[in-house]
Amino acid sequence: MTKPEHRDIGFTLNGEEIRFSGTGTERLLDVLRYRLGLPGTKEGCGEGECGACTVHLDGVPVNSCLILVGQVRNRRVDTVESVAPEALVELHTSGATQCGACTPGVVMTARFVIDHPGLLERASVRQLMAGNLCRCTGYDGIIEGIAEALRQEETSP
Amino acid sequence: MTMLFPSDLEEACEMLAASDGKAVPLAGGTDLLVHWPQRFEDHGRTFLDLSQLAELRAIRWSDSALILGGGVTYWQTLGDRAVCDAFPLLEKAGRQVGAVQIQARGTWAGNIVNASPAADGVPVLMAYDAVVELVSTQGEEEIPLSEFYLGYKQMRRRPNQLVRAVRLPRRRHDVEVFEKIGPRRAQAITKLGFAATHSAAGWRVVANSMAPTVCRCRTLEGMLEHGSPIRRPEDLMPAIRQDVSPIDDIRSTAQYRQKVFSRTLFHALFSDEK
Amino acid sequence: MKRREGLAKLMGREAYVDDLTVADCLWGATVRSSCARGRIREVRFGEGFDWGEFVVVDHRDLPGENVIALIETDQPVLAAEAVRHVHEAVVLLAHADRDLLRRAVEAVEVVVEEEPPIFDFRQPPEPAQIQHGNDNVFKELKIEKGDVDKALAKAPVVVEGVFTTGAQEHVYLETQGMLAWVEDGVVTVKGSMQCPYYVQKALKLALGREDHEVRVVQAPTGGGFGGKEEFPSGIALHAALLALKAGKPVKLIYERGEDMVATTKRHPSWIRHRTAVDTKGRLLAQDIEVVLDAGAYATLSSVVLSRAVIHAAGPYHCENVRIRGRAVLTNAVPFGAFRGFGAPQSLFACERQMDRIASELTLDPVRIRRRNLIRDGEETATGQVITDGTDRLKVLDRALELSSFQHKRRAYLDFNDTHPYLRRGVGLATFLHGAGFTGSGEVYLASEVHVAGLADGKVEVRTANTEMGQGTQTVFTQLVTDRLGLKAEDVVIAEPDTARVPDSGPTVASRTTMVVGGLIEKACDDLRRRLGLGNEERGEVLTAALALWHRQHPGEELLGTAHYEPPDGIHWDDANYRGEAYGAFAWATYVAAVEVDLRTYTARVLDFVAVQEIGKVLHEVLARGQIQGGVVQGIGWALLEDFRFKDGAMANGQLTNYIIPTSDDVPPIRVAFLENPYAHGAQGAKGIGELPMDGPAPAIVNAVAAATGADPCTIPLTPERMMSVLEAREVAR
Ligand SMILES: Cc1cc2nc3c(=O)[nH]c(=O)nc-3n(C[C@H](O)[C@H](O)[C@H](O)COP(=O)(O)OP(=O)(O)OC[C@H]3O[C@@H](n4cnc5c(N)ncnc54)[C@H](O)[C@@H]3O)c2cc1C
Ligand code: FES
Ligand code: FES
Repeated sequence: MTKPEHRDIGFTLNGEEIRFSGTGTERLLDVLRYRLGLPGTKEGCGEGECGACTVHLDGVPVNSCLILVGQVRNRRVDTVESVAPEALVELHTSGATQCGACTPGVVMTARFVIDHPGLLERASVRQLMAGNLCRCTGYDGIIEGIAEALRQEETSP
Repeated sequence: MTMLFPSDLEEACEMLAASDGKAVPLAGGTDLLVHWPQRFEDHGRTFLDLSQLAELRAIRWSDSALILGGGVTYWQTLGDRAVCDAFPLLEKAGRQVGAVQIQARGTWAGNIVNASPAADGVPVLMAYDAVVELVSTQGEEEIPLSEFYLGYKQMRRRPNQLVRAVRLPRRRHDVEVFEKIGPRRAQAITKLGFAATHSAAGWRVVANSMAPTVCRCRTLEGMLEHGSPIRRPEDLMPAIRQDVSPIDDIRSTAQYRQKVFSRTLFHALFSDEK
Repeated sequence: MKRREGLAKLMGREAYVDDLTVADCLWGATVRSSCARGRIREVRFGEGFDWGEFVVVDHRDLPGENVIALIETDQPVLAAEAVRHVHEAVVLLAHADRDLLRRAVEAVEVVVEEEPPIFDFRQPPEPAQIQHGNDNVFKELKIEKGDVDKALAKAPVVVEGVFTTGAQEHVYLETQGMLAWVEDGVVTVKGSMQCPYYVQKALKLALGREDHEVRVVQAPTGGGFGGKEEFPSGIALHAALLALKAGKPVKLIYERGEDMVATTKRHPSWIRHRTAVDTKGRLLAQDIEVVLDAGAYATLSSVVLSRAVIHAAGPYHCENVRIRGRAVLTNAVPFGAFRGFGAPQSLFACERQMDRIASELTLDPVRIRRRNLIRDGEETATGQVITDGTDRLKVLDRALELSSFQHKRRAYLDFNDTHPYLRRGVGLATFLHGAGFTGSGEVYLASEVHVAGLADGKVEVRTANTEMGQGTQTVFTQLVTDRLGLKAEDVVIAEPDTARVPDSGPTVASRTTMVVGGLIEKACDDLRRRLGLGNEERGEVLTAALALWHRQHPGEELLGTAHYEPPDGIHWDDANYRGEAYGAFAWATYVAAVEVDLRTYTARVLDFVAVQEIGKVLHEVLARGQIQGGVVQGIGWALLEDFRFKDGAMANGQLTNYIIPTSDDVPPIRVAFLENPYAHGAQGAKGIGELPMDGPAPAIVNAVAAATGADPCTIPLTPERMMSVLEAREVAR
């Protein structure tokens, strides 16, 4: 094995510039959880199926278990820790979380859908949320929370 | 284990050449990075990150073709109305690849080079007569996608070549069909599927998960070309047996694949109910 | 009130075991058998590793008995001489570098001299395959009432059927995990679990320690569904053994693949019905045989079998009933607790059989249920007289009305006549679910609950019952605020920590709200009594009294306590399986509308209605969420979750190949409740957690039968299976 080469990796994390040294070949998920002290992002599978590890990369939901941290250099990463409580009221009320293990990922995709209602012209909320497996809620609590948040966005000036 | 960060395509080709073709191009990582912690044999490799090369991310049009850069993601095409209107199967297949998170990272070129027989992007590209544009320090090469695969996970791309773009000729199609049959409605690996088009260039029927590679079904195309009378799905069986050779695996059975292929094909292309 | 810990979960602030950071902590990992059965000859440590750097634990490191304490004592903590299933734990490793550790696990080889395994639980074993008693049967049970043979012989119509159900993986989104450390001589384990006191009991026996030397704390738990009932005891022991040997904290977190292949599953079943009916569809005799695949160790199979046989005759009245059940050893990964605990299997068979009888007699499936549904004053199979006053016909009617059952049926006939390849159908299931432990279970548990009055005017609820998503914290809070007139922020729910909370029993069997909740109410009253207050004193009066008491008793603790006492009139004969099996039953009717695609043999649920009578709905959002989540697990079990075995182990142990429903695979689950308060449940509540697992599979498969005219009796009804079932129908024609 060749000796891993360490280098400076910089990216914007939740609005702050982050710099750290590494090979770039650790998963973004592990870097967030075990190196940068942001355990909000969860690992449910490590195979891209469950979406528990969803973060936003330049504003779009991606699975952080399928990204090496070197791939996000100079880009913008936002995690569940960046979401304000006010943005979660509808999901809280509707019963979108039970055990909570899928929840941070659900929140990241849900917020993406809520912030981009135009997507719903070509796909349903259920299709857009299909990359986030939840074993507790049966999805209704999640779908209703998103629908309610979309209604709120629509009526608010 | 190392990562290489080229700043443009030229440098990427040089890095790849310098590694003697041993560096692994890494685009969206949605194939390469699955179960990453357990992929011990890959941890020693060198990865060439393509995900940030602007040249590869471009979607361009020429008079005669749509040119998808070798790093274009499904999500990019889904958000491009002109692409979706001109090549509706790209939208149809793109929406059925994984879910949003996978669509946002996964690339058409990655789908091609990963060479899975179950790939969903490849059949629609092949049904549109896509041409793969390869590039290396030694020059450029173009290979029609329908001639790209040689056998299971075998292809005509050499290790030092990168997919620079995938080119789709602009044609008027009067039939465009894509069917994906998976174990569930979203986020599912295809058990069997096909894409079919008809244009002045003739019929194209492309099957996935039905053979060691995604492949064109020439006998079926011929039957459509000649307007052979087909009254029941069963009538397609002889042609299907000539064109494809499905297997039993963890996801389905050969029998199911063959039977459902005949039925979905029949209802999509041969029956008069539509 | 909104879910108490909801915002923390939504913000990613809830700290699950893998989120905890501990200084100088090692990672733990498990080396497993790759052979289904045999004698361990050797453990080889491969080249290329400095094994001296690793903490290595095997069975010789156990200070106590090499047994995971449960009902039986057959399962070792670490296999010593023999293995009984693939993926059985043999050796443990720990190291600070997780990547290195992962490779090291691969480099350890457990050399096993193979012995003949048995994988088919329906086949009688060859002598060389016998590993338990003289027939591999872990448990046999029989329920008998009336004269079944006579009734079968005389009956005008006898309908027979055989039903099989597959294994099911829990897929809680948080995998199993434990953190263990030793502090002042106390072995402490914190992790994902349903039952801290089960874990403590297991630690005591295998580590040879006393109560005060072992402390177990539940970390927020990312789903359980039964999968974290008994299994965590083993992982806790593994983590503790490594921590003891390392002299450092050890975190043992399963990766998804490992979790899927190595942990318990729902028991596969084979069930046969022979049902005697008159021509109007009245049940004359039910002769039922239930066989469960128990896997390699006994785990909880005897109790799962118990619930399976008690529910096997369904919510019907019948004079003559015989139910025989057995749970049989195979060399598969042990099957264990999973939501519903045997009832979903036997209710699938029962409700499928009811539709088959109706079809045989060309009766309406609704009519046949109406005719046979148990009425007050009638007896269940165990001779329990039902007197709860629930209007079970009303439950049925409400479901029919909400689902537009009759309308859909008519409309679908037209649809099916005209559509080239889609077929629609509606199906229903009527069922019951016994709430709480079976028979005298609660008496043996002897649960205890404390409600502490704190000096700052707050009260703290101390129980061992865990939050794993079902809403324990919220419901407990609500029970206290209602009882004592306090605000939610004045109610503290203690972390389930065996050093601080009494043993209020396991968080299983839908007992937490009903039984433990009831004890909390009593403990609240006891607290008031100790303050010299009457049961009508609430709110500020109480807060003031608390402050006064603490001024008068500085440094002392004020505890309201409650102990379980069985309600009157509950008599259970465990030897003969007669009497009051449960203090109460919840009653339900579920209706599914499905669409079968004859091109692809795929069934899709178009609409689902779940109506249940559950005593009292304590919290609408939580209760609905429990039902919806359970129904979707049921849809998965019925149609998608095809558990594949190879040598008794899971062959499709990845989420990409073991298919659970996504949001796009299920319709909105429409839920309605009827209430008929249960005198002995908290505020009248009966349990609801398991109920929703029972109804979906039979309702869906009945709908498929209605849509296609086929007779599917095996789940999961995957497209491949549907293809053979529909082909069988074509041949039959
Ligand atoms: C949860 C999940 C769901 C999925 N669902 C589907 C699905 O429904 N349908 C489907 O078809 N696929 C699916 N996939 C597979 C995958 O997403 C697709 O194959 C995707 O197109 C791969 O693209 P990528 O950019 O992520 O490839 P990568 O993983 O980055 O690379 C794949 C291969 O292509 C090579 N490569 C990539 N780009 C280039 C280039 N420009 N030049 C030369 N070589 C290159 C890489 O070296 C590698 O060999 C799924 C994957 C996951 C994890
Ligand atoms: S952990 Fe990344 S998708 Fe499951
Ligand atoms: S809330 Fe438990 S998995 Fe979604």
